[in-house]
Amino acid sequence: MAVTAEARKKVQDATGEYKYGFYTDIESDFAPKGLNEDIVRFISAKKEEPVWLLDWRLKAYRGWLKMIEPTWAKLHYPPIDFQDAYYYAAPKKKDGPKSLDEVDPDLLETYKKLGIPLREQEVLAGVAGAPKYAVDAVFDSVSVATTFKKELKKAGVIFMAISEAVKEHPDLVKKYLGSVVPMRDNFYSALNAAVFSDGTFVYIPKGVRCPMELSTYFRINAENTGQFERTLVIANEGSYVSYLEGCTAPMRDENQLHAAVVELIALDDAEIKYSTVQNWYPGDKDGKGGIYNFVTKRGLCKGRNSKISWTQVETGSAITWKYPSCVLSGDGSIGEFYSVAITNNHQQADTGTKMIHIGKNTRSTIISKGISAGLGQNTYRGLVRVLAGAENVRNYTQCDSLLLGDRCGAHTVPYIEVKNPTAQIEHEATTSKISEDQLFYCLQRGLSEEEAVALIVNGFCKEVMQHLPMEFAVEAQKLLGISLEGSVG
Amino acid sequence: MLKIENLHVAVGGKEILKGLDLEIEAGSVHAIMGPNGAGKSTLSYALAGRDSYEVTAGSVTYLGKDLLELDPHERAGEGLFLGFQYPVEIPGVSTMNFLRTSLNAVRRYRGLEDMDAVTFLRLVKEKAAALDMNPDMLKRAVNVGFSGGEKKRNEMVQMAVLEPTLAVLDETDSGLDIDALKVVADGINALRSPERAALLITHYQRLLDYVVPDFVHVLFDGKIVKSGGKELALELEEKGYAAVA
Repeated sequence: MAVTAEARKKVQDATGEYKYGFYTDIESDFAPKGLNEDIVRFISAKKEEPVWLLDWRLKAYRGWLKMIEPTWAKLHYPPIDFQDAYYYAAPKKKDGPKSLDEVDPDLLETYKKLGIPLREQEVLAGVAGAPKYAVDAVFDSVSVATTFKKELKKAGVIFMAISEAVKEHPDLVKKYLGSVVPMRDNFYSALNAAVFSDGTFVYIPKGVRCPMELSTYFRINAENTGQFERTLVIANEGSYVSYLEGCTAPMRDENQLHAAVVELIALDDAEIKYSTVQNWYPGDKDGKGGIYNFVTKRGLCKGRNSKISWTQVETGSAITWKYPSCVLSGDGSIGEFYSVAITNNHQQADTGTKMIHIGKNTRSTIISKGISAGLGQNTYRGLVRVLAGAENVRNYTQCDSLLLGDRCGAHTVPYIEVKNPTAQIEHEATTSKISEDQLFYCLQRGLSEEEAVALIVNGFCKEVMQHLPMEFAVEAQKLLGISLEGSVG
Repeated sequence: MLKIENLHVAVGGKEILKGLDLEIEAGSVHAIMGPNGAGKSTLSYALAGRDSYEVTAGSVTYLGKDLLELDPHERAGEGLFLGFQYPVEIPGVSTMNFLRTSLNAVRRYRGLEDMDAVTFLRLVKEKAAALDMNPDMLKRAVNVGFSGGEKKRNEMVQMAVLEPTLAVLDETDSGLDIDALKVVADGINALRSPERAALLITHYQRLLDYVVPDFVHVLFDGKIVKSGGKELALELEEKGYAAVA
């Protein structure tokens, strides 16, 4: 459909292209460029870590040296030079902030610009009755602020930077770190284990329903710097927590590496709801720059009747390689994966999930919505595995792909391995285009092309979006529209 | 209000409208009747600005503006509403959300603020009730799983909420039972006013029993071949298009 340049300009002005692409000029500490054992020791020393953790890192590093990069994903990018990056960057500070009042005002301003309230009173000053959520803000390699810690502590909830947790709760960290994603699980998880610099630690005690949403906001700022964060969430028996994470980065011409590891552990009757809105810089319309996002996320439903639910909205990054998975070990446990992945311009995503059914009567649901526009390539890759001892397993998988234009691609690669005859596995997949009828119907009702596409795409994603926490859902809806900017016409 | 002169429209290289002239004054209701393939739907799509309908000659002036220069959504903003013969399904988008997005898009085009949620809700409920629409349908995805009659009723609710200056209704009466037909007619009649006009495109004169037109035109092979008052519709019904044309 033809659309005037002026109309497009208007929409662009209204929505902005990538509005988080700014850079904060802040004095930072860097580790020397490159990666070797000394860098691993440098990071560990910076964090004043105990010996066991340094040993763990070194073991991971030595393992990583012998591993090769995975090439099975449907992703194309030039070889990554792992020596041409900084593995540690932190805003300079004297002793580290003791309270929010001591946080560098430049940082507070950065998060304010990103719409992330780091001052508790700013949250409280919001609309009456609006739900509160606590934030851990990770800036390059370190956590710069964590809000509502006191209030959470009252409920017995531990919510802090993982580097702090190593010092304050070493037993918990030691017990669970690497217990779901072993350090040498894969190339990127091994790299992360060697050089991870910060991330979030959450522990919900027995029977506690976490009184507010917890969230981590990741920001890559420094140039040529990789971000390697590690998140560990433990929900003890009968507890519940909803956790969300968001991410952005400045616009730059070179690619930057992000390789995170997230581990979730749910004990008996516990439930973890983990939501992600990933909006790393996707690169420009010619495919220059953007984040390489290689992430390992896995949850262990260790206890009986436990539940782990992943919801992700992936709109950013030049390359996305990510498979949030559930190991359903406890009898009667439930795993869920709801995903929206958008690739526009030159973006490529290879994402999906693994549901490993070990326990009896375990159930899993997978709903994946892939949207491709421009020259974007979008692959759903998923595994449903039922072990011999897992009686009465049920899985439902639905993969829908939507294509905008005729130069993009959608691919669905489901793997199903069933070793127990009582399992019931369903798989449905569709591929469609936005029809001209739908578009014209919306235009005739006064919507511009961009508004029409955003509306239709949001409708397509509804089954996933409704699983996001309310405040996040509104942002994510807007983001879908912005991500598809310029994809028609 | 609307002046169409010597309009030629081609679809896929084939000329469908071959020099159509029509003038519609504010406050009037016109009906266009004609056999299949005469170009009735082509006229409605060309007026609304659908992409694949190529205007090869002629002009259309609407409210003093060159209508053909405007994008489809701008035409909607200018108060042109097309009631679809086959309303389109939009999965996952609630009818309520669609109505709000549409109304606010049109308001913004006119330089107005978005309507606040409370006023909007009251407006929609009122319009839906007047057209006998079950409020539960507003929560359902646009036209998804709607019966033929429900889809047409939904078109009427949209029209009632948008209050167009010129409504072009493309066979809105087709496939309706008599009760639904009355509802549609009520919807059209409710909007009759000295500032507005309607163009009803229809196959049968049945709808015209309930919405009495000021003028009736016969469209045949891409041209208007005869115009008259409401009695022309009855004559057509009796003698057939061929005899009249």
